[in-house]
Amino acid sequence: MTLDVEPRVDDRRSVLLSGNEAVARGAVEAGALIAVGYPGTPSTEILESIAARADMDVRWSTNEKVALDVALGASLGGVRVLTTMKHVGLNVAADTFMTMAYTGVGAGLVIVVADDPGMHSSQNEQDTRAYARMARVPLLEPSDSAEAKTFTALAFDISEEFDTPVIVRTTTRVSHNRGVVELGPRTEKPVVGFDRDPQKYVMIPGHARTRRPVLLERLDRLSKYVEGSPLSSESGTGSEFGVVTSGIAHHYVREVLPDARVLKLGMSYPLPIERVRDFARSVDRLFVVEELDPWVENDLLAAGIDVEGKPLFPQIGELSPDAVRKGFSEAGILPKQISIEPAPSTVARPPLLCPGCPHTPPFLALKRLGAVVTGDIGCYTLAALQPLSAMDTCIAMGSSIGMAVGMAASGGADGPVVATVGDSTFLHGGIPGLADAVYSQANITVLILDNGTTAMTGGQEHPGTGTTLQGSEVTPVDLVGLCESLGVRDIRVIDPYDMGATFSAIEGAIAHVGPSVVITNRPCVEAPTKVRDTPYQVVADACTACQACMTAGCPSIVWSEETYEGRRKVVIDPVTCTGCTLCAQLCPPLAIIPVRVGEESDHD
Amino acid sequence: MTDGTRGLLLAGVGGQGVILAGMIVADALVRAGYDVKQSEVHGMAQRGGSVFSHIRWGSDVESPLVEKGSAEVLAAFEWAESIRWVEYVRDGGAVVADIRTIVPPGSCTDRRAWSTNYPAFNADLFSDRRLKTRLIDASSTATELGNTRAANSVILGSVAAFLDIDDVHWEAAISKLVPKGTQDVNLAAFRAGRSVPMAQIPAPSPDPEGFSGPHEIDIRHDWCKGCDICSRVCPEYCLAVSVDGELTITNAQACTGCRLCEMLCPDFAIAIRPPGAQAIVPEAAVIGGLTR
Ligand SMILES: Cc1ncc(C[n+]2csc(CCOP(=O)(O)OP(=O)(O)O)c2C)c(N)n1
Ligand code: SF4
Ligand code: SF4
Repeated sequence: MTLDVEPRVDDRRSVLLSGNEAVARGAVEAGALIAVGYPGTPSTEILESIAARADMDVRWSTNEKVALDVALGASLGGVRVLTTMKHVGLNVAADTFMTMAYTGVGAGLVIVVADDPGMHSSQNEQDTRAYARMARVPLLEPSDSAEAKTFTALAFDISEEFDTPVIVRTTTRVSHNRGVVELGPRTEKPVVGFDRDPQKYVMIPGHARTRRPVLLERLDRLSKYVEGSPLSSESGTGSEFGVVTSGIAHHYVREVLPDARVLKLGMSYPLPIERVRDFARSVDRLFVVEELDPWVENDLLAAGIDVEGKPLFPQIGELSPDAVRKGFSEAGILPKQISIEPAPSTVARPPLLCPGCPHTPPFLALKRLGAVVTGDIGCYTLAALQPLSAMDTCIAMGSSIGMAVGMAASGGADGPVVATVGDSTFLHGGIPGLADAVYSQANITVLILDNGTTAMTGGQEHPGTGTTLQGSEVTPVDLVGLCESLGVRDIRVIDPYDMGATFSAIEGAIAHVGPSVVITNRPCVEAPTKVRDTPYQVVADACTACQACMTAGCPSIVWSEETYEGRRKVVIDPVTCTGCTLCAQLCPPLAIIPVRVGEESDHD
Repeated sequence: MTDGTRGLLLAGVGGQGVILAGMIVADALVRAGYDVKQSEVHGMAQRGGSVFSHIRWGSDVESPLVEKGSAEVLAAFEWAESIRWVEYVRDGGAVVADIRTIVPPGSCTDRRAWSTNYPAFNADLFSDRRLKTRLIDASSTATELGNTRAANSVILGSVAAFLDIDDVHWEAAISKLVPKGTQDVNLAAFRAGRSVPMAQIPAPSPDPEGFSGPHEIDIRHDWCKGCDICSRVCPEYCLAVSVDGELTITNAQACTGCRLCEMLCPDFAIAIRPPGAQAIVPEAAVIGGLTR
């Protein structure tokens, strides 16, 4: 989905934008010429919302480190550049990030990092504010869409004024919140050009040593800047207590305590310590309400300012008005909460692989083969859930292959060791792992699940798809050629919709001694094109209710009213069935057949 | 100020269009002159998981999240989701619930009860909590109007009946945001939604008859060649062939008596019988005239 911000302006200058669209708009108005990133919820729509702009070069990179390298190169070349990623993406880019804090930038460089408190779509809930402190890079925390725009634009100015990368840290509730934003004009920023300066940009030890003091001196200047900056703002009245807060937590505080004295921090690193100290003096009790780790709280305590924060406002999960209300009632500021009658229990609804997902058949085979499966991150991670239950590990993007190498080396696996990795993930971080498998002649099988897209994050292009973010064609990475050149001797390409072929290819690859690779080649049914073939149906009289089809876990198949020998027969929802044929292949009495032409219900 | 800020919650299942519906509501409210914030979760949840959209509006909105016990209206696009989010509705608020059911496959797993834990229909559930209730069958209404896919507009019409926002704003928002070419049917669906009748609640499904508990599994080891067919086909993963080629029963309790192993064994080496029934595999079987 590509949402271009401009056409939504209508005749009004105030428009409803998501935090992500607003970040992108901030970069547009600041005159950024290049925007580059790697998809990751909740950051993905930032680049997608400006993909169609003719006056910007907007692109996906292979991974976050490459994206940050591209951004730094562009910045040194003299253009304002935006780079986007999710919180864990900064781990991947951390190597570049830590040292670019030393070199500084050319034209403005802003890194938008979207944290995911509550882990709605993530494997951990690390707090990016820790990275800002480690690298001594300033960090802004917008609290809604309006600020997402203005802070991003301002971040470019700060980046140039202080010669530093700047982080704009959003959270899921800021990225995926829509709010009213005032649009402004785009500023034109011509290309400045590259200024050769090896002392600044070639970080050999002798040069880096000269940049280290610059880093600290810059932090000093930033600390002075933030003291007087309009990024911090005060509201409310009273001297009984005050609240220091930042990001979305600010709105929760204002929601539950509309009149309280609040000092809102727009820049939460470095902190305006003296301003907070003055604020603290003006109130009897000082609270810090911040999502995730107590970074602001710790910095204030270290500066000798007495504050109350955790555990009143939990460091696990995301905050909410309810959670903030609870904290203030525990602190005696608000009355005890009245309890709300809980909702009756309802059915659990975990996310699932789609009907017809090409990832399902290989995992069914792996389950039958009793493989120890080191998994990776993508839609296929859902194969870890019932009824497939066919994945044993999932840590970080690209980890599957190295972990398989180690698992095989341990001798402790009770079945063949198979790494499963998506196409986008393989290119992102899997290639070094495969080189390692060849180097160590590990007896593992690597299953590359090539569905031609980055599905989990909504279907983005990557170097293996042969298309760019704008849809233009480029040379795709040749996965078979790549594996061959790495030295893999047993490579099989399969159509996962052929259950028999899938089974025997995986079985054969496992039997091969040394590293083997199996590559699937069916596209995702959701992106880039929605695949909807003739749906299938169950002939109720022929169904023996054996449950063989149910082992696939296709969401289109559920129990029917009818039973056979005490077991429930099944029915297929013709609207959601994509006609992949998997269930029909699994059905021993051949009770699953295509819906006859003319019987089809309306679906596209 | 938060005074007068109101909230609304839309809930459904990934793929149902909850997020687009949320954008329509938010857009209508902006047109009506309110400050609006809307919050939702993308990503993992959209793969068939539970999806929601919080919308808050007023003169100056702080939190985008609706607090429990504070929503004016909960609009659920699916029955089980109406129950999941009901505690967000304020005392005296309203619930618009579509009686559409989307049973997750993960709840078709109890091989003893053969029933899902999907919640039964209960029209009193919301009125018992002092909520105004509208159970509707939006898909049927939309189908009658000519496009099942306009069901979400029927739901929005039903929601509009509980809010004081001029139809001009709703209709402008719908026209702007629904797919091109479907504006007319969606507008008609929206108008129909305002007065859509209470839905007929379907009767609960009968319990299954017959025995499907663990059966006896008889294996003639001298006939079994360890080909693995039965163990690969068993839907309950009851059987396994060991490294030295011997068929073993690994999970006798999971057997439902489906007989796939028996029917597919090329050597008639495995048979299934209900507990207590006579063994079907005799000591010396005569098959097709050959004594084995
Ligand atoms: C370091 C990092 N960056 C980004 C993400 C977000 N993310 C989750 S899965 C995924 C890629 C999935 O694509 P692919 O491997 O092709 O599998 P598919 O979802 O298509 O099955 C991404 C980018 C992440 N979890 N970690
Ligand atoms: S989006 Fe594509 S890859 Fe993901 S579960 Fe659906 S079909 Fe599979
Ligand atoms: S053909 Fe069968 S397995 Fe494939 S989507 Fe349809 S119901 Fe599901």
